[in-house]
Amino acid sequence: MASANPNTTTTLQLVLAWSFIGIPLAWGVLQTLDNAMNLFR
Amino acid sequence: MNLSRMLDRDRTIAKPGFSRWMVPPAALCIHLCIGQAYAFSVFNLPMTKLIGITQSAPNDWKLTELGWIFSIAIFFLGASAALLGRWVEEGGPRRAMFAAGVCWAAGFFIAALGVYSHTLWIVYLGYGFFGGLGLGLGYISPVSTLIKWFPDRPGMATGMAIMGFGGGALIASPLSVWLLQRFSTPTHVGVAETFIALGCIYFVFMMVGAAIVRVPASNWKPAGYAPPEVAQKLITKNDVFVYDAIKTPQFWLIWWVLCLNVTAGIGVLSQASAMSQEMFPGHVTALAAAGFVGLLSLFNMIGRFFWASTSDYIGRKNTYFCFFAIGTVLYALVPWTGAAGSVSLFVLCFVVIMSMYGGGFATVPAYLKDMFGTRYVGAIHGWLITAWSMAGVFGPVLVNYIREYQIDHGVPKAQAYNTTMYIMAGLLVVGFVCNFFITAVHHRFHMKAGREAEMAPVGAGAARKAIGA
Repeated sequence: MASANPNTTTTLQLVLAWSFIGIPLAWGVLQTLDNAMNLFR
Repeated sequence: MNLSRMLDRDRTIAKPGFSRWMVPPAALCIHLCIGQAYAFSVFNLPMTKLIGITQSAPNDWKLTELGWIFSIAIFFLGASAALLGRWVEEGGPRRAMFAAGVCWAAGFFIAALGVYSHTLWIVYLGYGFFGGLGLGLGYISPVSTLIKWFPDRPGMATGMAIMGFGGGALIASPLSVWLLQRFSTPTHVGVAETFIALGCIYFVFMMVGAAIVRVPASNWKPAGYAPPEVAQKLITKNDVFVYDAIKTPQFWLIWWVLCLNVTAGIGVLSQASAMSQEMFPGHVTALAAAGFVGLLSLFNMIGRFFWASTSDYIGRKNTYFCFFAIGTVLYALVPWTGAAGSVSLFVLCFVVIMSMYGGGFATVPAYLKDMFGTRYVGAIHGWLITAWSMAGVFGPVLVNYIREYQIDHGVPKAQAYNTTMYIMAGLLVVGFVCNFFITAVHHRFHMKAGREAEMAPVGAGAARKAIGA
């Protein structure tokens, strides 16, 4: 049986990489939306 | 291991099995950090009270002096992107991202020193010069890499990265406010400490981006992707050398397309808060106006991804036709929304305009790739960024001076922006015409096989050998 390619990107690596930038971005978007709600209050 | 060797382009060539979806997060690590530049105004007011603490003392810096920090940074963004574009292209994305991270963090540390010693030229040197270098290098560093990884959807790929530049401000603004609150005491404004903290955070983020970025092997293509056999009318299969590209009329037409689109958008963005309050007195408070500015930033970010991705389906030229046609109508409608007293329609007009402002930035790398090929697209994009620097000066000046002129001539404040809106609509009509005249680049500008070898970057031969090409 052929062994798995050690260079293959794993799902965990993808999740970690996207979370690394996604979490701060989501926080920034939520803060902005919260601020923007003042326009309609 | 030798650091210079680690940053070599050869060492960033992806091995089989590497997922191209790791590259957008690497690019976003850079763009989310340098996007802080859009939120620098958060520091303006605290930096006018470094001595007086609660209010400005006579020796405190003036807002007019502080305004130069951002202007110098934007100037060096354009200059470094233009002059170092070829180095970025040939040295590879990791070296450029590393250099951008070092410059960007150093900019904050030096600026912190300037704030500690209350010496303004050190702040200019730090954030303005070093920060500006970091901005320029960081902005263009992932562009051509993403285009090479996503030949099937280049607009979406670059749109994702450049969306980060818009998103960076959304993070930096609340983060800076929070850090300022943490570091400020009744006897001290914590600007210097905030700069140091931001410098450290951004350095780590940008190094992560530099570590995970990879370039595809030269013979790599996405599974199932078949490049078109023959070149389409406005999508070349040839490459144009960077210094030949800037001699073509197409480059300068795209330069004006970007400049006019940005001039219209940036002028509004710089005056959004005051404009919304003055056009709707009693209806839009200062707090609501801040919310309006936030909403514009959000749509600026969303538009970057949406329009650049759309351009993969409808084409770059048609995308810019949409910006200019829809933008002209919306700018012309703004005075009517003011007269009708409709805040909702006013907000709707501007969020769409802002989405197209961001979309203009994000679609242009793919437009350049279509016209000039992928080989030097990053360096050509670097030269094009000078259009942004120019628009950054023209847009706000245009809006400010026309408003002043109108008010001085007895026009009520609520109507002082009407002429500006019609002028912006006129600028977009000129942009439409420039876009209309863009045709395929003449074949005499295409790189010849002999010249390609002569211009091949150092190490390219070794890189090809390493991947067995």
